[in-house]
Amino acid sequence: MAKLIFERPTITRLTPGVPSKHGVGTAIAPMPLIEGIKVDDLMDKYGSPLSIFSERTIQKGMEDIKRAFSIRYPKVQMAWSYKTNYMDAICRIFHKEGSWAEVVSGFEYEKALRNGVRGENIIFNGPAKNAAELEKAVRNGSFIHIDHLDELYLLSDVCHRQNLEARVAVRVNMDIGIYPKWDRFGLNYENGEAWDVINRIMINPKMKLMGLHTHIGTYIMSTDAYRIAATKLADLACNIAQKFDHYISYIDMGGGFASKNTLRGAFLSGEDTTPSFDEYAEAITSAIINSQIKPDKLPTLILETGRALIDNAGFTTGSVIANKRLSDSRRATIVDVGVNLLFTSFWYDHKIHPVNSHSGLVEETTIYGPLCMNIDVIRPSLMFPALKSGDRFVITRTGAYNTTQWMQFITYRPNVILIDHNREVHVIRKGETLEDISHNEEIPEYLK
Amino acid sequence: MIIKENIALSENGFVFNPSTGDSFTLNNTGKEVLMMIKDGKNLSQIADLMLVRYDADRVTIERYLEDFLNDLSLNNLMEE
Repeated sequence: MAKLIFERPTITRLTPGVPSKHGVGTAIAPMPLIEGIKVDDLMDKYGSPLSIFSERTIQKGMEDIKRAFSIRYPKVQMAWSYKTNYMDAICRIFHKEGSWAEVVSGFEYEKALRNGVRGENIIFNGPAKNAAELEKAVRNGSFIHIDHLDELYLLSDVCHRQNLEARVAVRVNMDIGIYPKWDRFGLNYENGEAWDVINRIMINPKMKLMGLHTHIGTYIMSTDAYRIAATKLADLACNIAQKFDHYISYIDMGGGFASKNTLRGAFLSGEDTTPSFDEYAEAITSAIINSQIKPDKLPTLILETGRALIDNAGFTTGSVIANKRLSDSRRATIVDVGVNLLFTSFWYDHKIHPVNSHSGLVEETTIYGPLCMNIDVIRPSLMFPALKSGDRFVITRTGAYNTTQWMQFITYRPNVILIDHNREVHVIRKGETLEDISHNEEIPEYLK
Repeated sequence: MIIKENIALSENGFVFNPSTGDSFTLNNTGKEVLMMIKDGKNLSQIADLMLVRYDADRVTIERYLEDFLNDLSLNNLMEE
């Protein structure tokens, strides 16, 4: 007779509390498969921890957002936000699905070109573009989104010296009725600075105003904020048309759509509270269509959605290293996935599923990463099954920002694999070795 | 290793301590271990029986048994 799987024995005190109709269930389903492939098989072959991406989930997200916007608005263009995830394979999937590239640095610009994106399909955002980067972008015909007055002067200087014409847009920040107000990037709408820069561009013979851009924030739960932002950009577009008889080619609403992850400290699950693509689309497209822009002059609507498209497609799997008890008798579980790999655990209460089935009973547990650092906490408190050393788990919705903001700190970063649309598995970033980390270092002669 | 005499343990893993009013739930392995303790078995005997039944080595089983006994003590379920 086959032996049973051993689950460590647990006893959990039952604490009666005030019942809540909003109470979130504590049942945690096991997750033995990702895209139909056994997680155990993937981890046996590619190691633990492991970062996994699903091409099918990316494609499904792109289908959903394109449908939501294109049934409401005639011209929609997606632009992949490189900073959200700039692994080449992931970027190429988005480009294959029709996305342009939205980059915020010279480094990301180089990556986009290397991924085969044509210069005229690159949107160059960000507050820190130098003269060489600007010149390159102008020569490639990319869209340069002006962030501040100094950049306007620098770009103007580059264009006059090199006798080039730049295709530009103005990045506009504004009060959209939410807190915090993002006024760090771009030029302000309410104080007239954005309109001032638009006027300067319109009389500059070396610049062609192609569009207006805003990025109202990140993980924005309010669709009304997008409606207000789109209304203000549409008003600016009307003013430009009225004064200069010039019709902009696009309105770029930036990114910021929330993913289904739950923010740390949120009472309700992100799955229940996050607006759908349809709700965002309704707010944005109705604001532009209902504005004074003439129907035959409607600009292309550009979306730089990153997080909401890639978060769901990423999984991080790992193993339990040890269990211990804290001074107040709470359980603590140490796992091999730390904040070095899961930067987003600072913001999210990530969902964690055991790979294999368990008895269903859960206990309050703190989940720590493997780093010898006090900040290395994946979940400060969650109800979690009694996993023992070596047991495996899957953390879901880890696709956004983790493979760009992760740190090579204390330990190596692991393999990253992609399960493609045919369920074939590919390594898209090899696990690090000592040589990878040390090869840029140089030892002074006297220390050799 | 003796559990307090008045502790009630149901077949589906519900534990009640009538002297404090505390109640607890056990997972399956926890329930089996507590029943064996109530039957008077010692740590080594419990580990032997679990080794036959479960797919785990002795070190793992004993390590978590010790841990569980500590939990029982912390919850005032064991005789001093």
